[in-house]
This record gives sequence, structure tokens and C-alpha cells, in this order.
Amino acid sequence: MEFKRITLFCGHYGSGKTNIAVNCAIKLKKDYKKVAIADLDIVNPYFRTKDSEKTLEAHSIKLISSEYAGSNVDVPALPSQAYSLFDNKELKAVIDVGGDDRGALALGRYAPLLKEENDYDMLLVINKFRPLTPDAESTVEVMREIEQACGIQFTGIVNNSNLGDETCAQDVLSSIDYAREVAEVTNLPVKMTTVREELYGELSDKIDNLMPIRLYVKQSWTIQEEKH
Amino acid sequence: MAEKVLMKGNEALAEAAIMAGCRHYFGYPITPQTEIAAYMAKRMPKIGGTFLQAESEIAAINMVYGAAAAGKRAMTSSSSPGIALKSEGLSYLAGSDLPALIINVQRGGPGLGGIQPSQSDYFHATRGAGHGDFHMIVLAPASVQEMVDLTFKGFDLADKYRSPVMLLSDGTMGQMMEPVSLDMGEVKEYDKSSWATNGTKCEREHNVVNSLFIQPDELERYNFERYERYAHIEANEVMYSEYCMDDAEICIVAYGVAARVSQNAVDKAREQGIKVGMIRPITLWPFPKAVLNAAADKVKAFISVELSMGQLIEDVQLATSCKKPVLLCNRTGGMIPTTEDVLASINKANSVGGDK
Repeated sequence: MEFKRITLFCGHYGSGKTNIAVNCAIKLKKDYKKVAIADLDIVNPYFRTKDSEKTLEAHSIKLISSEYAGSNVDVPALPSQAYSLFDNKELKAVIDVGGDDRGALALGRYAPLLKEENDYDMLLVINKFRPLTPDAESTVEVMREIEQACGIQFTGIVNNSNLGDETCAQDVLSSIDYAREVAEVTNLPVKMTTVREELYGELSDKIDNLMPIRLYVKQSWTIQEEKH
Repeated sequence: MAEKVLMKGNEALAEAAIMAGCRHYFGYPITPQTEIAAYMAKRMPKIGGTFLQAESEIAAINMVYGAAAAGKRAMTSSSSPGIALKSEGLSYLAGSDLPALIINVQRGGPGLGGIQPSQSDYFHATRGAGHGDFHMIVLAPASVQEMVDLTFKGFDLADKYRSPVMLLSDGTMGQMMEPVSLDMGEVKEYDKSSWATNGTKCEREHNVVNSLFIQPDELERYNFERYERYAHIEANEVMYSEYCMDDAEICIVAYGVAARVSQNAVDKAREQGIKVGMIRPITLWPFPKAVLNAAADKVKAFISVELSMGQLIEDVQLATSCKKPVLLCNRTGGMIPTTEDVLASINKANSVGGDK
């Protein structure tokens, strides 16, 4: 897909926004000199863009993040450098917004700047395997709540339907109709479908605008071997 | 719903509670369990249930007392410092023989501690979650699926034994996302008409829910009766799982997130030819004493892997009458033992474990 100057990822809590944002920033860095990623999450103290700090640093991507992110201090705060995203028009920027309407509320203060420049995409990350967004109706409900909270309209959809480590190609294929239905109801395009890179080869000729995603943060408590 | 969904531990637990028939949730926010309250706040109004954010943890646990006294399935959730505040209410629930589910998504302590995962409320949950002689059934999930299954089971056990049940989770279990099946079968209904204070309709005598017994002989009688019930629970409700124990010479004992890390360590140690296995208590009270005692006659050493300063280890020593050495492999304060930490302990146990 073509990237506008600013790409915002919003969506339901746990839909995969942060990881997609990190992957997108890395992808953008291949084509653009100055890329920044900003973490506007004020809700969740865990699983933040900051967890990928070293990866981002290795790719020379600027991380704009609250000084409390990843500090274990549970303080809802916005990054002091957030306005540099809007001032510095040379930047290609990715913004990782907090989950649901509660998370998107903080985005509202930047809405006038985004609208004034009018060079952004606000993408709705969706996962049909999340229990509160299993169909188009419930997904659109979450979407409207987010739009109301931040005062900005979505411009596209990212289908990130997955079941974590257990995702198989069939799961992704089974989500295509769901994503299409969300697109029809909202009159928005499905800008991309994201899959774990292990599944990319199997699916690349079956799904348009497929983007491989890598999980950059590995956890020690992930059980390595399946105990079937 | 046989199909799987991707859920965060805290959300999965909340949904399981709803599927178990819980329509009354009372809580007060604290990290890392806030998703439970947030999920309940979204779901309860849609299904005619009650979500109420109380003015404090103490208020919330007493609201649970009220709803439980009326015969309703009720729950509250908090994290370590908040659970400590609820302790008085837990004792009152037990003293009044009221069923309820209490969720503790543990974080580091003591005091205000930190927001990262911990298992340092083990003593609190299994020994002294309040004043007086009482126990709670304590369930320890080690996967998001078990968060679902044990929440469902927890409500059933609470009703079956008219007892508060605690689900002892931790920050990692609460925050991790895994695919789960929410297919849990029928909710078993229990007849509460002999004690629930849900209105006489002028058709029956008043039921009284109470924990105040001024006469010592009467209070003693209630306590003896309650402990007869506890003996029945100890005989019938122990749950644990075994991993690679058939030929094990070293036995790891771990629950929750510590068991996940330990399972990886067992696999790695086995690759090195070390015969190690794991017994994972799923009920922390009643503790799986018999299986550990039997293992003590086969293995040369135990390792207690825990996110606390040596709490679980005491139950391992008690269950095995200290027949074999029990090593401690632990991190605390919000740190999680690594696979390498556990492997190092396995190597140590292998060399100093002594003769069979």
C-alpha cells in the first residue's frame, strides 16, 4: 500500500496494533530516510512500542514514547515530543494509538493538526478471533466508539485476524469474508492483511496486499513445545 | 462455541465468569487486573448483569457478600495490595458459609510493590487470607484456557461447598494472549433455598446469613463442622498435572507462570539426558500432598520454582515430610525465572541431590 505521511493504527484492545506499527515503521525505513514511531497509549502499561526499543534503534527509527512507557510506573502520560510529529513534515510517521475508545481519547488533542495537514491514514486493525469483535456488526460498533472518542474518521482497514501461535493459513483465509463485510458496511478499503511471516509464502498468491509480520518481542513464558 | 478465540487471560476469565452465570461483579481498579473490570463494564449491561465500581476494595468485597447471601453468583477481582484489603471480607464470607469467586492477579510486594507479576501471595491465599480458622479453595491456572476452565469450576466448587474460592493468577497470566475454547458445558444449579436471603414472600421462615456466634460452644461447633467439610474437599478436590514424571529423578514443583518456564526447562534438561519431571499443583489448597509424597520415594530431589521468597517450598517440604532435599529456584519483585535459571537449579539438584 501507499503510505501517507502519517499512518495511525487504532482498534480494539489486543487487536495487534503495536506489533503492526513496529513492522510498518521498519518497512517504511526501507524507502524513507526519516521514520518515526510514536506510542500514544495511555491505558496499558504493558506490551508497549517501547518493548521494541532495541529493534527500532537498530533500524534507526526514532521512537517517540512517554518517559513512563516501559518504566513500570503506571502513569497515563503522553510523550512530550509528540508534537514534533506534526511540526516536522519531513518525517514519515507511524502512530500506535491505545486500544478501544478509552485508548483513542488521547488522540483527540492532535486531531486538529492531523486534519489541517490532511496527509494521514487512520487504519482500523481488526481480528475476527477476538471475542468482542467476531463479526462486522460488533467490529463497526468498536470502530464508531473510537471515532467518537478521537474525533477522526477511519480511512482504511487492516485485517490482522489471527489466533496467536496457533494461527494456520486456513484461519487467515476464513477471515477474508469478515474483513470484506466490515469494508462494505463502513465503505472503507481493506488496505492490507497482515500475517506472521511463517505463513506469508503459503498465502501470498491467495490474498491481495498481504504483509508479513514478525513478532519482535519474545516472552520467556511462551511454552516452546506444544503438548498435544 | 466450539471455535477458538484469541483472548487475554483477564478477559477470558471475565467471559468464563459470565458463562458460569455470574451476573454480579464488584471491583475497584488496580493494575494488572483492570481488564477484568473493563470487560465486565462492557458486557454486564448487555446481558442484564451488574457491574459496579465500588468506592474501595473493602466495599467491593462486602457487596460480594451481599449478593452471595442473596444466593447469586458473585465475584470480585483485584491484585495483591487490593486483595489484602479484602481479607476481612474473605473471613466473613467463610464464616458465613457464602460461595463467591475472588480473583487475585498477583503483582510484586510487599506494600504497594510493583506492577509486574509475582506469586508472593501464596501464603496469604493458602494460609491466612483473613482472621479466624478457615480455608479457601485456591485454584492456580497456568494457561489462558485454564483461566477459563478454573473460573467455571471455581463457581461450581464455591456453590458445592458454600465456600469462597480464590483464583490465584498473576500479572503474566492475566496479560498473556492465547487461543481459547469457551465451550464449557452446562452450569450446574445448586439449591440455595435453605439459606439464601432472597425474600420469604411470607411463605417461609427467615433465612439468616451470619458469622457472629457469641456462645463459644456454638462457634466451636460451626468451626468443627466447617473443617469436616474441608476434610471432604481435601479428599475429593485435589487437582494437579504431571509432566515427564514416569522416570524422573528430579521433580520440579511449580504453578502458574513458573510452571510454564519450568516446562521449557524440563524439555531442555531432558535433551541433556537429565531425568527431570514436574508436578504442577492446580489446586494450591487442597495441596496435592499424596502425589508429592509418593514422588518423594522415587526422586532424589525436588525443586520449588516460584516467584516468591520460598513460600510454595514449605508445602513441598510438608507434603514430603522432608524425605528428600527441596531446592529453591526463585525470583521476586516482579522478575520471572528464566529457563536458564531453572536449568541451573536442575543441574545443582542433579549433582547434590544425594542417593535415592
